[in-house]
Amino acid sequence: MTLLTDDQRQLHDMAKSFLAEEGTIKQQLRHWRDTGCKDGFGHGLWKQFAELGLTGIAIPEDKGGLGLGATEAALVLEEVGRNLTPSPFLTTAVATARALGGTAQGDRWFPGIVAGETVAALAVDEGKHHRPETVATAATRSGNGFTLSGSKQFVVHGASADVILVAARTGGSTGEREGLTLFAVERDAKGMEVENVTLADASKAARLTLEKVEVDADAVVGEVDNGWAPLSRALAAGRAGSAAELVGLASGAADMTTEYLKARKQFGKLIGEFQVLQHRSAHLFSEIEIARAAAYKAAELIDRGDERAELMTHVAKAKAGRSAALAVQEGVQMHGGIGMTDEHDIGLYMKRQAVLDRLFGDWRYHAGEVARIAGY
Amino acid sequence: MADLDQFRTETRAWLEANCPPEMRQPVKSEDDVCWGGRNFEFQSEAQKRWLQVMAERGWTTPDWPREVGGGGLLPAEAKILKEEMRRIGARNPLNSFGISMLGPALLKYGTEEQKQRFLPPIVRGEIRWCQGYSEPGAGSDLAGLQTRAEDMGDHYLVNGQKVWTSYADQADWIFCLVRTSTESKHGGISFLLFDMESPGVSTKPILLISGYSPFCETFMDDVKVPKDQVVGEVNKGWDVAKYLLGHEREMISGMGLGGGAALLGKSVGDIDDPALRAEIAAFDVDALAFAAMSERFIDQLKAGEAHPAMPSMMKYSGTELNKRRHELVMAAGGSDTLEWDSERTRKGKPAREWLRTKANSIEGGTSEIQLGIIAKHILRLPGA
Repeated sequence: MTLLTDDQRQLHDMAKSFLAEEGTIKQQLRHWRDTGCKDGFGHGLWKQFAELGLTGIAIPEDKGGLGLGATEAALVLEEVGRNLTPSPFLTTAVATARALGGTAQGDRWFPGIVAGETVAALAVDEGKHHRPETVATAATRSGNGFTLSGSKQFVVHGASADVILVAARTGGSTGEREGLTLFAVERDAKGMEVENVTLADASKAARLTLEKVEVDADAVVGEVDNGWAPLSRALAAGRAGSAAELVGLASGAADMTTEYLKARKQFGKLIGEFQVLQHRSAHLFSEIEIARAAAYKAAELIDRGDERAELMTHVAKAKAGRSAALAVQEGVQMHGGIGMTDEHDIGLYMKRQAVLDRLFGDWRYHAGEVARIAGY
Repeated sequence: MADLDQFRTETRAWLEANCPPEMRQPVKSEDDVCWGGRNFEFQSEAQKRWLQVMAERGWTTPDWPREVGGGGLLPAEAKILKEEMRRIGARNPLNSFGISMLGPALLKYGTEEQKQRFLPPIVRGEIRWCQGYSEPGAGSDLAGLQTRAEDMGDHYLVNGQKVWTSYADQADWIFCLVRTSTESKHGGISFLLFDMESPGVSTKPILLISGYSPFCETFMDDVKVPKDQVVGEVNKGWDVAKYLLGHEREMISGMGLGGGAALLGKSVGDIDDPALRAEIAAFDVDALAFAAMSERFIDQLKAGEAHPAMPSMMKYSGTELNKRRHELVMAAGGSDTLEWDSERTRKGKPAREWLRTKANSIEGGTSEIQLGIIAKHILRLPGA
């Protein structure tokens, strides 16, 4: 069944009211942007995530977490997306936590994550596009550990993180999944330069330059040369999660636009009376509902360990990316001049959409992956 | 859960034992589809037997009540049956407007006597129904229909013309919207059932751009209809009509699933053009997402959680998707798929199907009508 269980509905309701009350654009996104916060999010709110148990959503119960699945993460992220709430939830509590699950590094970092005190980041991309198999950052054995050299970009919250999971190559060649290893590197590690970059949506992502960064052997997450295993868990969770966040974002933008159509008058009538806008709004509604169904389905398949999960996750991220792009483009256009102002929130949705679409691969990348998996 | 697992095991075994191997082959053409009815000629013994064994269990209509011959299955059980049929590639034993359109309307609005009289023959595929809705002057503005039913005391006398009546020339009975009052547009419509063999009924097939004639004009000239063949109240047929339209749209939206076909990119052969590959990949994303939506919609519907206007959204999205699918099939096929009557193309199948899909976003209410319904009933936009 594709319908939510009672427990899931309860969690969704809880996330809805929590984020609508505490995670609003005014209190969070605008506040931290306009005060020039270096983290781009509020630690107070992150503590509140912890008080509700949400920081441990993907962390096993015996490690102090809630031990829940991709579906529950999707429900929370839908509401994060609707409110454009900045927080480490997606990258720390959903994606990175999945990579750490069942590893010794997990035992080290989980208590801090659950407590809402630790921020963890994921460093995969090395070029302007997300191509995880092409990781070239080199990790060479030296003494009891490894030496890492290379560069990373689009490391969300990298400058605020306590620990960064860095994907590097211990074997194989560029383009291969084999030979990758995931290392847990502390943010202040010697030889790692962290440039804090502000993105279009006022969120923060870092560029890393690693120059002979020395790590112990126990910094390895999982096994040497088999980093694809924890990395693919993190990517699946991150993609399904960002798809859900995009769906929430799209709904938020579309609802805001529908309300505007019911309030704005031109030519002596409400602009929502014009059929040309009605039909475009109805088309948008359909696209968002389909994207939501795809995001839920991907999460459901991940949770069931179904073999179709990988394909459906690509579908969900691609569909959500496109639907959300349509939502924000129609949103700004239908708002007219006011939609171009910084004062109005609709433009914030457009900027966040662009970032979330690129995060963990944009819709074109995922459509290409669908073709690759299908073999054409 | 244990009950459902047991149901799945039993269903799987029963299908294994009872579904003839020929009925596990993909449907190749319209000729392979079983429509049932008084004049239906079965293509094979297997087709006949498959209908018979499924109808005996009520599994041609798995979720209809047992009292009318249905399977009486719970939504979760009906879903399992569907999954298990798909697993072995079992064909639909019976395609029928009686099942997908009239049946649900009769279950909701019919009298006990009407249900007992009309539903069991639908389950068994004995009576084939057609739909008398559109008229030459009433297409998108369906409620503007003019076909008159005059009250003659013990019966109605029906005069007028219907158009786009699917398979009227092969159907046994018709469910038909008629005007019983001119006092009010929507409030003067009634929902009538009558036998297509009644004196005064005639049909004429319409040749379409595809070269096929799935639709007819249907003429009614002094047709006598007994009064117990009105469904719902007199002059309140619009409610029945709308309810049925929701089911029709649900049925049509299934086209978006492409007959359960594999990914389009896998089924069109070699794609040597990167622009086409990108377009097909984007299509496959939309098609798989729509399949997820379709599953979710049906689950919501059975749980009573679907918004009443959601069939419009499904119909709109499913038909637009199907049109795109066939545009891409034609593009991938190049000049091969332009052939109109060669044996290589099985008499122009790709081109004719491509043209047929253009009706998908017109029949059952145009895409524009569906968007209007979504704007009004879901988005609640003013003046919609």
